[in-house]
Amino acid sequence: MTIYRSHVLVCGGTPCVLKGARTLKDLLLKEIERYQLSDEIRVVETGCLGPCDDGPVLIVYPEGAMYSKLKPTDILKIVEHHLLKGRIVEELVFRERKSSAGALQGSAVPLEQEKYLSLQKRVVLRNCGRINPDSIDEYIANNGYLALGQAVTTLTSDQVVKIVADSKLQGRGGAGFPTGLKWSFTAKTTSDQKYIICNADEGEPGTFKDRLIMEGDPHGIIEGMAIAGYAVGASQGIIYIRGEYGLSIERMKNAIKQATDYGLLGKKILGTEFNFEIDVRSGAGAYVCGEETALIESLEGNRGEPRVKPPFPGIAGLWGKPTIVNNVETLANIAPIILNGPEWFRSIGTENCPGTKVFTMLGDINNQGLVEVPMGITLREIVYEVGGGIPGGRGFKMAQTGGTSGGCLPSEFLDMPMDYDTLSKVGSALGSGAMLIIDDTHCIVDVLKSFMKFFCHESCGKCTPCREGTTRLYEIVLALSEGTATDTEIQLLKELSGAMQLSALCGLGQSAPNSLLTCLNFFADEFQAHLNGQCPSGICKNLTIESEAV
Amino acid sequence: MTVTSCNIQKPNLGEVIEKYKEFPGSLLDLLHEVQEIDGYLSRDVMQQIAEGLGISESKVYGVATFYSLFKTAPTGQFIIRICESAPCHIRGAQEVLEAIEETLGIKPGETTLDGKFTLEFTSCLGLCGVAPAIMINDQVYGNLTSDRVKEVLLNF
Ligand SMILES: Cc1cc2nc3c(=O)[nH]c(=O)nc-3n(C[C@H](O)[C@H](O)[C@H](O)COP(=O)(O)O)c2cc1C
Ligand code: SF4
Ligand code: FES
Ligand code: FES
Repeated sequence: MTIYRSHVLVCGGTPCVLKGARTLKDLLLKEIERYQLSDEIRVVETGCLGPCDDGPVLIVYPEGAMYSKLKPTDILKIVEHHLLKGRIVEELVFRERKSSAGALQGSAVPLEQEKYLSLQKRVVLRNCGRINPDSIDEYIANNGYLALGQAVTTLTSDQVVKIVADSKLQGRGGAGFPTGLKWSFTAKTTSDQKYIICNADEGEPGTFKDRLIMEGDPHGIIEGMAIAGYAVGASQGIIYIRGEYGLSIERMKNAIKQATDYGLLGKKILGTEFNFEIDVRSGAGAYVCGEETALIESLEGNRGEPRVKPPFPGIAGLWGKPTIVNNVETLANIAPIILNGPEWFRSIGTENCPGTKVFTMLGDINNQGLVEVPMGITLREIVYEVGGGIPGGRGFKMAQTGGTSGGCLPSEFLDMPMDYDTLSKVGSALGSGAMLIIDDTHCIVDVLKSFMKFFCHESCGKCTPCREGTTRLYEIVLALSEGTATDTEIQLLKELSGAMQLSALCGLGQSAPNSLLTCLNFFADEFQAHLNGQCPSGICKNLTIESEAV
Repeated sequence: MTVTSCNIQKPNLGEVIEKYKEFPGSLLDLLHEVQEIDGYLSRDVMQQIAEGLGISESKVYGVATFYSLFKTAPTGQFIIRICESAPCHIRGAQEVLEAIEETLGIKPGETTLDGKFTLEFTSCLGLCGVAPAIMINDQVYGNLTSDRVKEVLLNF
C-alpha cells in the first residue's frame, strides 16, 4: 500500500461541480503529474464540504487547509506552492466571511479554529468531504459497517430498537416523530413481508441536505437502512429519490452494488440469518410525494395522493404491509448511535431534542450552504457566527425556519434555541432544517406571494380545504401586492388559515398557512401599509413607497 | 424533432411494456422510459400502455398528468425549468426569468417557434446553495444573473 504525503480532497458536491470542480480536478491531476508528485499526493473527489456558495472548494491534508472560490490559475498556485514547496497559499484560504476586519489575516489559521467550523459537530456528515463516496473501502476504514456487524451478531432486534428509543432520536424529515417508537410499532407486527423506505424525495424549498448526504456518504444511509431492517424484521429496503437528483441516484446505486458485492447486503448478511436488499426508485416531480403515504402511493404506481391515516404505514404501508418510512438524515444517525451508545447521543444537543441537526442556510447570509450543529443552537449563532452574518451589513428582518412550510420569526426570536419543541410552540417548525434568512430590503408580502404560489402549485387536490384554500390564500396575497385587497380579505385570510390547519388531510395543507399567520402576527404594520396602497420596501410594483406617498 | 448525435437505439414501446409488465407498481418507471422515445406521452401511446398492462386508460392518464416530469403534449428539444421558490426568488430569480423571456421571446408554458426551447416554472430543485438556479433537461445551472443565463442559452 502506498503511503501518501498529502491528500487533496476536491469537493464533488453538485453546487461545486456546477462551478467547474471537475475541470479543476482534471487540471490538478495534470499538474501533479507534471511535477511528478503522483506517488506522493492523492486526489480524492468527496461529497459536500459545506460552504457551497464559496465553491469550488478543496482541502489539503494533513494541514487541513481549505481553499475556496477556486479558478484554474489558483490550482497552479496551490500545486506549485503548497503541494510542491509546502507553503500554504494564504490568499486563497477559505475564511468565514464575517470579516471581523483582518482578525484572521497573517498566518493561515488552522480551520478548526474558525467559527464556521468550530460550532459544528459532525455526526451525520462524519464522512462527507472526508472520504471518497464511491469507495466502500474508505467507508469501512472509517468504522463503516461496524455498527451493522455489531447489531446483527451481538444484539437482538429488540435491543436495537431499545438503543434507538433510548437515544431519543427524532425523525429529521420534518415532523420530529421519535424514531425508536416508530420502529417499535412495526417490530411488534407479524407479517410475511415488511419494508424499510428511505424518504429521499426532498422537495421542501430551501432544503438540499439529503442530496448532499447521499452524494457525500451513501454507505451511511445503507447501513442505517439495514440496521432498521434488522430491528423491525424487514428484508426489503427501498430508497425513493426525487427524479431530479441525478448524481444522488448514481451514487446510491453504486454504493448498493458495492455493499452487495461485499456481502453487506443480500442473503445471510455476515453469516447470520438476516437478509436485506435495497432498491432505488425515483419520483417524477411532485412535492407532495415526500409525504409518507403519498410516497407509498407513488411506489405502487399511482397518483401521489396522501392516504387517510390511520392506519399508519408502520402497520399497513406499502402493499398493505408494515412499512417504516424514515428520512435520509434520520437513517444516517443510526450507525453512530449503535456504535457510541444512546448516552453519547443524548449528550449532544438539548435534553428533549438530542443530537445534531443539519441545516441549510440560505437567502441573505454570507456563508450559504450546509452545516451540522448541535440541536438547540440559537438563531443568532446560526446567522451571525456559523452563517457569517448578512451581506452588506444590512439588517435582519426575519428567518423562515423549516422551509416554506415553516413560520417566519422576526429579530425578537434571535436568541431562541432551535429545536423541534421550542419552534413548534411559537407557530413555526424546525422541519427539514432549512433556514431562509431575509434582510430588511425585502417586502413581506412579496415573499409571501412566493410561498403561497408554491402551495397552490403543489397541492395535490385531493381534499377541498387545501385545494381551494391554497388558491384563495395566493389570490389574496397577490391582491395585497397589487393594492386591491381589503380589510375583509385580511379577516378571511385568518379564518381560512385556521380552517386549513384543522381540516386539511395532510401536512401540506395543514402547514401551508404557517408562514402567513406568523407574518400577520409579527408584521401587521406592513400588511396595513399594503392595504393603504403602500409598499414600505418599494418592491410591489403597483404601490408607492411610504415616504413618497402623501 | 432533432435527433441527438449519438445513435443509441431508442427503446421500443412494446419492449418497455414487456419489461415492466410483471412488476407491480412500476408504472412511473415505465412512463419515464417510454417518455424517452418521443419526449412526451401521446394519447395513442398511453392507450397502448393501458392495453399492455391491462389497466384503464384513465389510470395511465391520471398518473401521467399528476407528475410534473411527465409531458402529455410535445415540448421543445430543451426544457428550461426555472425555480420560483422563495430562496431563489429572494436571490433574483425574477431577473433571470426576465432575461430568459427576453432572449427567447417566450413566457413560462410556451415553446419557441423553432421547437428548440420550452420554458417552465418549477418548485425548488434542491440547488438553493447556488440560488437562483435552473435546469435545462438534465443539466443544472446555479448562481445565475441575467448576463450569465444569456451566456448559458447561447451555448445551446
Ligand atoms: C407535504 C409533505 C412533504 C414532505 N416531504 C418530505 C421529504 O421530502 N422528506 C422527508 O423525509 N419527509 C418528508 N415529509 C415527512 C414524511 O411524511 C415523514 O414524516 C418522514 O419521511 C418520516 O421520516 P422521519 O420520521 O425520519 O422524519 C413530508 C411531509 C409532508 C406533509
Ligand atoms: S392537504 Fe393538500 S396536498 Fe394534502 S391531501 Fe389535501 S389537497 Fe392533497
Ligand atoms: S458542494 Fe462543494 S462545498 Fe457544498
Ligand atoms: S429554491 Fe430554487 S433551488 Fe431551492
